[in-house]
Amino acid sequence: MHELSLVTSIVETVSETLTALPDSSRGARVLEVRLRVGALASVIPESLEFCWGIVSEATPLEGSRLVVNVMPVVVHCAPCGIDSELDGVQSFRCPRCGELCGEIRQGRELEIDSIEIDDGEVKP
Amino acid sequence: MTTRIVELRRGILKKNDELAAGLRASYTAAGVLVLNLVSSPGTGKTAFLERTLRELKARGARVAALVGDLETDNDARRLAASGAPVRQINTHGICHLDAEMIGKHLDGWEGVALDGLDYLFIENVGNLVCPSSYDLGEQIRVVLLSVTEGEDKPLKYPTLFNSADAAVITKMDIAEPCGFDRATALRNINEIRPGIRIFETSAKTGAGMEEWLGYLAEARGVLQ
Repeated sequence: MHELSLVTSIVETVSETLTALPDSSRGARVLEVRLRVGALASVIPESLEFCWGIVSEATPLEGSRLVVNVMPVVVHCAPCGIDSELDGVQSFRCPRCGELCGEIRQGRELEIDSIEIDDGEVKP
Repeated sequence: MTTRIVELRRGILKKNDELAAGLRASYTAAGVLVLNLVSSPGTGKTAFLERTLRELKARGARVAALVGDLETDNDARRLAASGAPVRQINTHGICHLDAEMIGKHLDGWEGVALDGLDYLFIENVGNLVCPSSYDLGEQIRVVLLSVTEGEDKPLKYPTLFNSADAAVITKMDIAEPCGFDRATALRNINEIRPGIRIFETSAKTGAGMEEWLGYLAEARGVLQ
């Protein structure tokens, strides 16, 4: 439900990153923005994509693609001593022994992983 | 065309997370235990908090509350009847509280300083989705579930339940007429957040409040 504010924050962060690049990359255009979104992050990828075009308009991100990589939950099972990926978020049991696992090792991410940019003409 | 990849590895909510980390440090330095209460609308957060504030005050504790709603100061007025300082945060349409709103409302809160408090309660906007992403710097996140809501709420909203440190079941006094299946509710909470402390309470009768207040005192003791 707060996807619009998340997208606004992503566009701001990427725009700031661009202005911090070396002079030769000033005016670079963004082709793709890749996110890592955990299955437990309460974010709907489709809603992010829905807002993307509107928020990125008239910014260096206009026309770019948004790629959302959903990270499944990984729990740590103390008795087994192993980390396991879970299929969903309905039960936090070790797939090997069935024990409930309180320790989440992955699945809460909400981050910008990387961007692909076009530097345009490289100035000599 | 020269294309290249620039690694960012930056949290989307980094600004909120940084503000929250600053708040958490100031809470801890002041020795105040801060709790963020989250639930769906109508669970009884305000009634539960009214009772908690009253009981803590009766025991001589210094308490205060920030309360978030989209509009109105109805909840703040209800809570203020306990005698504790209460400040309303109106989000005007925003579905959650964030660290910036908390910081702003702590600043310039007349007569209230963090180091003059033992407990600060933050009643979040009634919503089981969005508040889970926004750290308010709280030491304890409490999720509330009422007996009228259905035992499968934790399964339907796993994100929020999984992010909580304690769970409170409210309105236990009407559990029976509601056909509340206690065993299933407890099992579902534990399935989503293994090992979480669960309190079965009634703000009306006071059931379960002793155990809850004991938990608060213990959690605050750990801060010292």
